[in-house]
Amino acid sequence: MSQLVVKSLSKEFGGVKAVQDVSFTIQGGTVHSVIGPNGAGKTTLFNLITGIYTPTTGSIEFEGESVAGAAPFDLARLGMSRTFQNLQVCMNMSAIENVMVGAHLRLSQSLLASLLHLPALRKADRKCRDEAAELMQFVGVGDYRNAHANQMPYGALKRLEIARALAAKPRMILLDEPAAGLNDTETHQIEALIRKIAESDITVVLVEHDMKLVMNLSDHILVLDYGKKLAEGTAAQVRENPDVIAAYLGASA
Amino acid sequence: MSTKYKGLALLIVFLAALPLAMTNPYLYDVAIRIALNAVIVIGLNLLIGYTGQISLGHAGFLGIGAYATGILTTQFSWPPVLALLAGAAAAGALAFAIARPILKLKGHYLAMATLGLGIIISIVITNEIQYTGGPDGISVPPLSLAGLELSGDKSWYAAVSILLVVVTWLALNLIDSPAGRALQAIHGSEVASQVAGVQTTKVKVRIFVVSAIVASFVGSLSAHYVAFITPGLSGFFHSIELVTMVVVGGMASIFGSIVGAVILTTLPQLLSTFEGWETVVFGAILMATMIFLPKGIVPTLAAKFRKGDSQ
Repeated sequence: MSQLVVKSLSKEFGGVKAVQDVSFTIQGGTVHSVIGPNGAGKTTLFNLITGIYTPTTGSIEFEGESVAGAAPFDLARLGMSRTFQNLQVCMNMSAIENVMVGAHLRLSQSLLASLLHLPALRKADRKCRDEAAELMQFVGVGDYRNAHANQMPYGALKRLEIARALAAKPRMILLDEPAAGLNDTETHQIEALIRKIAESDITVVLVEHDMKLVMNLSDHILVLDYGKKLAEGTAAQVRENPDVIAAYLGASA
Repeated sequence: MSTKYKGLALLIVFLAALPLAMTNPYLYDVAIRIALNAVIVIGLNLLIGYTGQISLGHAGFLGIGAYATGILTTQFSWPPVLALLAGAAAAGALAFAIARPILKLKGHYLAMATLGLGIIISIVITNEIQYTGGPDGISVPPLSLAGLELSGDKSWYAAVSILLVVVTWLALNLIDSPAGRALQAIHGSEVASQVAGVQTTKVKVRIFVVSAIVASFVGSLSAHYVAFITPGLSGFFHSIELVTMVVVGGMASIFGSIVGAVILTTLPQLLSTFEGWETVVFGAILMATMIFLPKGIVPTLAAKFRKGDSQ
């Protein structure tokens, strides 16, 4: 079933058309990658889907519900989560608290219960902490269970962000360049992690420059260039597409 | 026992033992003022230190509480507790009404907007002479409830000590709850907190209202305690003083708020021997604190101790 349906989506910043008339669908339970040269509009597309930006025109449907222009916290409620290309880890908090923030919507926000630390709230919070610790283990940063976020190295912070996104128990997760800045070993680990996430029945949408990673993981690839859809298909189809080769290597004629 | 309850236990022991060292009414007076300031600063630290939203107008809310108490108890013969609640409700309502437009602003713009708010409140208090007495101020009757009057240094000290302990406990609880983490997440990364489902505007409005109500509440108590209020307490300089307490004591530190209140309340008293130079020395001490302890006293020292442990 189509989990996400994007129809003729456009976004303009002043006169700059960052995304132009892009349409595609994402099937539930797949790994769907968005690739393209720098400035192709990949992150803008992510920001449109996740509600950071409001589209200029076009529609987005997530699980049958129209979400174009919806706020990020509305999308969180519907089961969409994401990570960021430039890390958005809360450096003022401990590692595990960062992950616990991801579970925000499942926990009581009552001011009275929070001020008095009522037993029900404490119990739910303890459970949340245990689950967060498990998630940290799952993404491979279990060693930092008691660390402060600002004590963690870059690679671990990238995983911590994924753990936070997973703590929301999303049905779709958008990863914006999860392998950027990582070395080969770390990239392999991230690849294994993304595969594990996909196997746990969460749709993965990926923006990534590491072609090996993209080709290994993706069920479906969308290629953007200058804000427009250039090509779409399986890894093999995209690899053979002359337009894609031209966009990446320069046109031969 | 977690660090949080250790700190709270330490605070209780300290407050209980302090009367042994306080040999004259003057020391009691200073201690009571510190405790009252500390309560406001804890509320303000939730907004500034934890949520990352600056307010340069909180003395305005304190003024609303103080003058609600002063006016309603003297000119309308309201019972003090009712006047206090009315002041808190008014401050909360005003904070709620202006929070939405104001908290959309960030950084310097938010600072300017809250600064303007505080100044407006202060001007209103200064100019509405028929109610507020204008620059001359008005006197306020003692705090009483059901015929019992709170008077005398020792009773006041006991009352504000209990208040401080309770507020500290509530604040520590809040910070260690999902709602408290949402506050800190907004400070850490607003966009990440939104993606996690935090309705940032709503959360910011809520903590702004809470801190305004705390300030108003303390304003009412202070009015009863000092028995005489002037518009100066709602002014710009008092707002700055409160923010300085947050920053010097430590952003995002409940115990830092208390330390900030202690230092900023006692320093001017201790420096009175410098005769005319006290402001200069005061400024130099604050500058030195910010240069050598940039995160504020309590967080910097806490980090030093933690490092010492691991080595």
